Amino acid sequence: MRTTCSPPIAPSEITPRDRYYDRRRFMQTAAGAATAALLPRWVGAGEKLPGVRKSGYVLPDALTSLEDVTHYNNFYEFGTDKESPSRTAGSLKTRPWTVAVEGDVQKPKVFDIDELLKVAPLEERIYRLRCVEGWSMVVPWVGFPLAELIKRVEPTGNAKFVEFITLHDPIQMPGQRSSVLDWPYREALRLDEAMHPLTLLVFGLYGEVLPNQNGAPVRVVVPWKYGFKSAKSIVRIRFVEQQPVSTWTQAVPSEYGFYANVNPEVDHPRWSQAKERRLGEFFKRPTLMFNGYAEQVAHLYAGMDLKTFF
Amino acid sequence: MFLAALIPLAKLSTGAVLGTLGANPIEKIIRTTGYWTLSFLLITLAVTPLRILLRQPWLVRLRRMLGLFAFFYGTLHFTGYLVLDQFFDWPAILKDIAKRPFITVGFPSFVLLIPLAVTSTDAMMRRLGGKRWQRLHRLVYVSAAGGVIHYLWLVKKDISDPLRFATLLTVLLGFRAIVLLRRRVRAVSAA
Repeated sequence: MRTTCSPPIAPSEITPRDRYYDRRRFMQTAAGAATAALLPRWVGAGEKLPGVRKSGYVLPDALTSLEDVTHYNNFYEFGTDKESPSRTAGSLKTRPWTVAVEGDVQKPKVFDIDELLKVAPLEERIYRLRCVEGWSMVVPWVGFPLAELIKRVEPTGNAKFVEFITLHDPIQMPGQRSSVLDWPYREALRLDEAMHPLTLLVFGLYGEVLPNQNGAPVRVVVPWKYGFKSAKSIVRIRFVEQQPVSTWTQAVPSEYGFYANVNPEVDHPRWSQAKERRLGEFFKRPTLMFNGYAEQVAHLYAGMDLKTFF
Repeated sequence: MFLAALIPLAKLSTGAVLGTLGANPIEKIIRTTGYWTLSFLLITLAVTPLRILLRQPWLVRLRRMLGLFAFFYGTLHFTGYLVLDQFFDWPAILKDIAKRPFITVGFPSFVLLIPLAVTSTDAMMRRLGGKRWQRLHRLVYVSAAGGVIHYLWLVKKDISDPLRFATLLTVLLGFRAIVLLRRRVRAVSAA
């Protein structure tokens, strides 16, 4: 395990990313692929992500501690209880990693993860995260709007939905050896939801590279929806015409709808959604419509009955 | 034995004091006490089959203590839900009991244990008389089955743990069914 640099580093002392890459490429070429495999990865969980700027997306809510954010995870690929992912996700290798962006787009492309990181400037955004099970967190994510990537690949007129597919590799993801869900994990958004400025393509949290258990090396975060809508460890992003069937919807259609918008008025069949427990707090707090982002996103669902489209 | 049965509680208490119960300690407390309620219920139900199979009549003396521990952990579990989870939000609690199937079945499963605990003393046993006392205490079968269903309906997808409890319960109740059947057959052939 590598530790983080605790003293703050002046921006002038940080090697520009491009030069860093050049140096790395040079070394890899010089040393040969075999040796390169033994070299430390460019960045690993816990390392600072360079060049992250603060954004205007902040909240009055207190942040959930890094310890809790990284040790209370629903990530069935690494086990079905909350503690397993932080224990078992070490087996996931996040470099090399590619993300195929394909389907109804003018410019399909397979992005290397380090190339994907450079599609747009990284920014920190503080979002609420509400799980369908009734708990919540406040997380400072690092990433850029998914729309930046979408614009780059130019969706065609046929593209109505965007589907995200998680890595399927039972060797790296021990939870996939059990057939508790139909692997690989699939989630999807309507194109306008995916293009919404709040929808974030995420590479880190707390200024650091995303820990494996939080969906490294790249995940999506959709703050007005329940956590399971935000696919982790993405390897494929597909633009399609028909509404895809998400993994949880396929597993239990009566409980997990396609939209999964946070809505205190529509209960999950087994849990009331009126309140939530913020991790670290004793009293439950009332859940906010669209997780508090109603002003920004309610128009996306104008005229829809959210009890039907849950 | 008595001390061993207190280990889960001791571990929870030290965890609570040291703050090592994880990111969601309230959930941890409720889950752990629920787990041990079911475990003690099943251990209690295992006494009779073990006594018969091993021909160790003294085992029955452990049964009352084990059953009371099931009730003890059940009370902690229920109180945990009432106080830590809901903090006496009665409307929310009533809604939960009415609307959430796993709570609808879990609540009476716990309530059924109350008369059993109350009538567990020697004096109460005498007052009720052996037959009636025994009939009343068969409610434990209902309570245990309800508890297993409660657990089964709670989990989202990975039902391996509740299935383990369900299998054990089936074995324990199946044993009784077989004993009962054989007794009937014997009675018929004797007649």
